[in-house]
Amino acid sequence: MDYIQNTPADAAEMLRSIGVPSIDALFSSIPEAVRLGRPLDLPPALSEQDLLSHLQSIAARNRTFDAGRCFLGAGAYNHFVPSVVDALFSRGEFLSAYTPYQAEASQGTLQHIFEFQTMVCELTGMDVSNASHYDGATALQEAVALSIDKTERRKVVLSSAVNPQYRAVVKSLFRPLGIQVAEVAHVRGVTPPATLREAGEGAACLVVQNPNVFGCLEDLPAVSEAARSAGALAVASVNPVSLALLRPPGDCGFDLAVGEAQALGIEMGFGGPWAGFIAARKEHLRGMPGRIVGETVDLDGKRGFVLTLQAREQHIRREKASSNICTNQALMALRATIYLETLGPAGLRRVAETCVRRAHGLAERLARVPGIKVSWSAPFFHEFVVEVPHPEPFLARLLERGILGGLPLNPPYRDLREHVLVCCTERNSEADLDAFAGAAAEALKT
Amino acid sequence: MKTIFEKSRPGRSTAYLPPPAEGEPPISSLLPEKSLRARPPALPEVSELEIVRHFTELSHRTFSIDGNFYPLGSCTMKYNPRINEKVAHLPGFAKLHPLQPADTVQGMLELMWSLERMLAEVAGMDAVSLQPAAGAQGELTGILCIRARQNELGQAGRTEVLIPDSAHGTNPATSTLAGYRSVSVKSNARGGVDLGDLKAKLSERTAAMMITNPSTLGLFEEEIRAISDLVHGAGGLMYMDGANMNAIQGKARPGDFGIDVMHFNLHKTFSTPHGGGGPGSGPVACKKSLEPFLPVPRIARDGDRFRFDSAAPKSIGKVKSFWGNVGMHVRAYTYLRFHGPEGIRRNAEHAVLNANYLLSRVRKAYKLAYGRVCMHEFVLDGTPFAKKHGVRTLDIAKRLLDYRFHPPTIYFPLIVHEALMIEPTETESKETLDAFADALLQIAEEAKKTPELVTKAPHTMPVKRLNEVKAAKEPNVRWCSPCDPPPPPE
Repeated sequence: MDYIQNTPADAAEMLRSIGVPSIDALFSSIPEAVRLGRPLDLPPALSEQDLLSHLQSIAARNRTFDAGRCFLGAGAYNHFVPSVVDALFSRGEFLSAYTPYQAEASQGTLQHIFEFQTMVCELTGMDVSNASHYDGATALQEAVALSIDKTERRKVVLSSAVNPQYRAVVKSLFRPLGIQVAEVAHVRGVTPPATLREAGEGAACLVVQNPNVFGCLEDLPAVSEAARSAGALAVASVNPVSLALLRPPGDCGFDLAVGEAQALGIEMGFGGPWAGFIAARKEHLRGMPGRIVGETVDLDGKRGFVLTLQAREQHIRREKASSNICTNQALMALRATIYLETLGPAGLRRVAETCVRRAHGLAERLARVPGIKVSWSAPFFHEFVVEVPHPEPFLARLLERGILGGLPLNPPYRDLREHVLVCCTERNSEADLDAFAGAAAEALKT
Repeated sequence: MKTIFEKSRPGRSTAYLPPPAEGEPPISSLLPEKSLRARPPALPEVSELEIVRHFTELSHRTFSIDGNFYPLGSCTMKYNPRINEKVAHLPGFAKLHPLQPADTVQGMLELMWSLERMLAEVAGMDAVSLQPAAGAQGELTGILCIRARQNELGQAGRTEVLIPDSAHGTNPATSTLAGYRSVSVKSNARGGVDLGDLKAKLSERTAAMMITNPSTLGLFEEEIRAISDLVHGAGGLMYMDGANMNAIQGKARPGDFGIDVMHFNLHKTFSTPHGGGGPGSGPVACKKSLEPFLPVPRIARDGDRFRFDSAAPKSIGKVKSFWGNVGMHVRAYTYLRFHGPEGIRRNAEHAVLNANYLLSRVRKAYKLAYGRVCMHEFVLDGTPFAKKHGVRTLDIAKRLLDYRFHPPTIYFPLIVHEALMIEPTETESKETLDAFADALLQIAEEAKKTPELVTKAPHTMPVKRLNEVKAAKEPNVRWCSPCDPPPPPE
């Protein structure tokens, strides 16, 4: 099966026009010795109806949970997606366009990216944003790279309360280059700014996450102060939904704010594709990685949008480019854009507030379950840590009751052996919280 | 067209959640005052109907494969099948949390494992990682694997990566990012790698060569065996940029012509949507010797059970959060299963047929950069038009918009001045190719007789040519209310 339109008669006519006897003759530049002399060993083709049944049977072997019974977060969040997001996202014009190299024919793409950049700036309190990045982890990696370029220092400092996946991605690029990646341990769920300050001597940047991987709020003004006194850049990885309520990094003296846009109308989809974002103070604009859309005018003075500051990028600067990124995540950023514009400031605030209320409601309920302890006392957004004896069997028992109960923190946190990270969003109703608490009590009895 | 911010009216946004119930605690009792923002973010306030009209109008201002022939060279703008989209949105794929226990995602893990096996077969390689998010990240992953392997062998003195002068810009940018020095290798008169120059640049400092085959000129590297033998002989490894796999899938395999590690672009060869510039997906395939270095976790199979396996002490680590752009894996798997071995090979054959047919139609009016049978794309040289008529490649590209065609890739590869790089793909009909050829021939006539018509194009787009210099000199990358004070100069 295929989507080829050429009929045998077309092909014959085309070959005549080219002046070769067969399609095979067009492959004569491939030396005989390296040609594949057999069919590929792939499963046979399926008709569309058989293919759909096949894929449906694979999908059926994955377990989906009732929207309200998912309490798993840790970087992937189960939010409600308004119908209008899918409807507009599915338009073929958005789906099947590419990078807007020809601005006159791509004003639609350019404008929706410009609107995305504007809202990222608004949420983070920063001056400038790029067109999106692969994901939150690689956005952080790029922010660290920018800090290293800017300060010409070869050490970076990350809080241990930054999502371990994000830290792993930072390490896999910089450690082989001989950049020192130091970590500052959290204390009861938060990062002590004084320790950061000490570790930050000679560092290119200090990195925290807010809310951090445990859901706790960091003292952002103190962190940026620590960075400033160490001569390092302050970098925050932030949850965009939380920014409807929380003080943005831009208001707290940070240089760079990065994050993951998945929570903004993008399905969890087993981890991707999502979209990262990178926002910064304007002095960093020319050091930013990736595509950036700017406003300009056409020959008649009419407003229009273009890809701008391309002299930073790999297709111009080649080995001197600060990043190798080519594509961004435009289609996923489009989802975030539609989501944010649909909800508006009041809608996003209501989502954020509901997340906070549900998480606190669940923490309160779980604290009353014998055998469960809510760890730490730091303020938290929509995730928190509880201690239960033997987390794995506990979570397995919840799973039997249709509840995705959270994430054991060991590994990667070896010292957090009985600790489980629990998340709530607006999708968990009060009744779901009761069900969780009830099932947890049951699970601990058996 | 107005931005959404200019359509905003205070109080108009749609409420998606009910207001808090009676007796719910105020947020200020749950979060400390000092952690809360003083001013809400200035997001727009518009109705859902306005949102629908806004994005519908934006979509009308966007050229796409669905609406237009889009022969953007090196990007493989083929039809994006709708079955792929339907499947990717099945709840059993779209609604999965990435940290669900392995027992609850056996279907997903088996799909990813099977896709790895299929890609390994197409590449002629032993192992695959689906983790890289895009081609450029696949390159970085592959080069970091090479680096880790050579460090293990005590060859840290290998500090150079050889890259042909026709390569994508991502290749040298990647090599810098991975801590290497890029060394450019010249192309010969046939558009292939100049073996003499290659020999001169190979040394005990050579870590690897990054090659694109077929090259960005749309030409198969005829001396590929000799090239990989030379590089291997000097102790280097061969990386292949798989951007152009569409031309050779089912016809020849990189693993059979001396490549050690390569990436695929699922959004090119395997039809996942380009989305206005991403998401891509750039799986990496390699030979056995490099497998221990691939990113973690790998997907392991124990009998009929699948699981993630992070126990790989030599791995370069993680390159992306979670497991890669999984939605794109689902689409590519669907595409491969629809085609089967026969269909995959036919894709290459008709991609090459379409490119050569289009070339045969336009050759009388345009100069071909390298006079050989092409693969899936070809590069024209617009220099004669520029010299004789003052009509540059940029002008030809813009004029094509008036004929409702998306222009080819222009000014790339860099070794061809005034380059027009044209890739029609296998999914276009002869009628479409004829219509595009007719437009190019017409524009060639216009360039001679009415050059102004071409140099002032486009005439029919929502905007005329845009002032890129102004955009870069006075960067404005976000909307500001006219009431806001203008940003201070840098």
